[in-house]
Amino acid sequence: MTDVVVQSAARLRSVSGRKLKSRVFEAFMWLAGVIALVPLFLIVGYVLFRGIPALNPDFFTQTAPPPGLPGGGMAQGMMGSAMIVGLAIVISVPLGILTAIYLSEYGRGRLASITRFVAEILLSTPSIVAGAFIWAIVVTATRTFSAAAGSIALTVLMWPIITRGAEETLRLVPDDLREAALALGVPRWKVIVSIVLPTAGPGIFTVVMLSIARGLGETAPVLLTALGNDFMNYNLGQPTDAVPLRIYTYAQSPIIAWHDLAWGGAIVLLAVVLTLSIGARILSDRQQRRLR
Amino acid sequence: MPQDPSTADDRPAEAPVTRRLRIGDGIFRSTSVVVSAALIVLLIGMLGVLLATALPTFRTFGLKFVIGTQWNPITDQFGALPYIYGTLMTSAIAIVLALPVSLGLALLLNEVRSSIVRNPLTVLVDLLAAIPSVVYGLWGIFVMAPVLNDTLEPALGNTLGRIPGIGALFQPTTSAGNMLNAGIILAVMVIPIITAVSREVIAIVPTDLREAALALGATRYETIKMAVLPYARNGLVGATMLGLGRALGETIAVAMLIGNGLGISASLLAPGYTIPAVIANEFREATAIGLHRSSLLALAVILVLIALVLAAASRMLVRNTAERFAVKPEEVSTTLEMP
Repeated sequence: MTDVVVQSAARLRSVSGRKLKSRVFEAFMWLAGVIALVPLFLIVGYVLFRGIPALNPDFFTQTAPPPGLPGGGMAQGMMGSAMIVGLAIVISVPLGILTAIYLSEYGRGRLASITRFVAEILLSTPSIVAGAFIWAIVVTATRTFSAAAGSIALTVLMWPIITRGAEETLRLVPDDLREAALALGVPRWKVIVSIVLPTAGPGIFTVVMLSIARGLGETAPVLLTALGNDFMNYNLGQPTDAVPLRIYTYAQSPIIAWHDLAWGGAIVLLAVVLTLSIGARILSDRQQRRLR
Repeated sequence: MPQDPSTADDRPAEAPVTRRLRIGDGIFRSTSVVVSAALIVLLIGMLGVLLATALPTFRTFGLKFVIGTQWNPITDQFGALPYIYGTLMTSAIAIVLALPVSLGLALLLNEVRSSIVRNPLTVLVDLLAAIPSVVYGLWGIFVMAPVLNDTLEPALGNTLGRIPGIGALFQPTTSAGNMLNAGIILAVMVIPIITAVSREVIAIVPTDLREAALALGATRYETIKMAVLPYARNGLVGATMLGLGRALGETIAVAMLIGNGLGISASLLAPGYTIPAVIANEFREATAIGLHRSSLLALAVILVLIALVLAAASRMLVRNTAERFAVKPEEVSTTLEMP
């Protein structure tokens, strides 16, 4: 009799032990969530704290100050970033969308699966390798670092991103739309250009926004190809500055005034990149709701 | 022109407009095929160019390039072991720190049913992935490193550093930059990647399995342990490999924090150097004279080969999990989240 009582009591205790274990595990999951987010708030908070005081009209209109002199800004970096990423977009958006059209509209066979695999593999290429590749062929061939080389290096990274994202968006376009147009005798290419692409348009736009954000934030591949420049440069064939390059240089310099400029660059970069990322996310949520 | 009814071709005559549109079809299609093929050529070309330019180094040093410890552009001696070691150590620290957090977070995102908690959490984790690496580096060098160098690192040296054996990893140094700092910042950077892929892999596991476990009276922890993790295991390994690939290739944040010190030191609190960091720091001086440029590109070859093998293996593992539960692999977007 007592035996049974003792046994069931032991079982009871083990039940509560199991529950306790589960509770502890749940606490661990929540703790993981907190640990992952703490750096986000610390980084964004500190960039705001140091960056806002560094922003003034000079920051946006002046170029790099000579060592020891106060003032100066990052105008040449912002201009350079716009040029390098702008040209990269001009090259990689058509390439990426055409590849995506092939994959979603035509591709059935071996070439399609290889292309898809290659796009995925290229997505995992370390960005410094893309930079080293373009350094090894474009920079050594032209004998100069240049904004154009920077754009080509970014294209290596952005083309697969746009391909992958645009393909997923194109797949969301209902087949009914394609079939309806084809049944009316509209040729395939026209269906794609005037029905499929416009329907997928907002989605593709968000993909392009994300790839711009990625391109703007890249340091290593741009460093190896565009090198940086203290002065304003509008020539695509010349060494050109970019905001991340400037931040990288200033952060490692012993000059305190330059650290402030680095924080100013960081807040500008972070504001643009996060706006693009959040904006893309809001747009794509809206788009997906519309297609469902 | 009226068509001769005697011809064997009994297709209806095409109006010129239709014919022109058909030609348009051919052009459009072949353009997209050519561009797609160009993407494949790009990958092959990249590997080809890197290998070709790295060849003189591999020819001269052979295996000694990988196991050699001397890196001296003046004497034209190049051995990459310190860089390979630094890259592997920092990535290992990153994975060890990031994996439990990412797994816990991925499970949390799947367990929490309330979208008020889940959606913001998902968005915030993705934002972590959007922060440019130079901003991580800037914050790391001015905020994180000074704090850790004054608190965590002496503490580690005084506790774990005193234990024989493992203590070798925690011998204190006076260096501001060190491998532990670089590894910690890398961990923060790979958490969103491992989390995103893990979350999708875990979401694939059918709810039947979970419900069966719950119906048998399993607690939440037991359900996860028995009905979720075993089925998601391959995909989770894949997620980790993807994070590892990302950690190995990260350049700027690591270059800013690791101290860029040559030599191989057992202590994580000592400075180190990584493959991407040395490429970024030395490419300016590397001319075609001698083997310096070729050796930097040989480092890039080693890096890209490791990264590509990891990427391919990781896709296969994630796919394998997807196929097991008959989800179309295309539907598992392991990459839509910004890498």
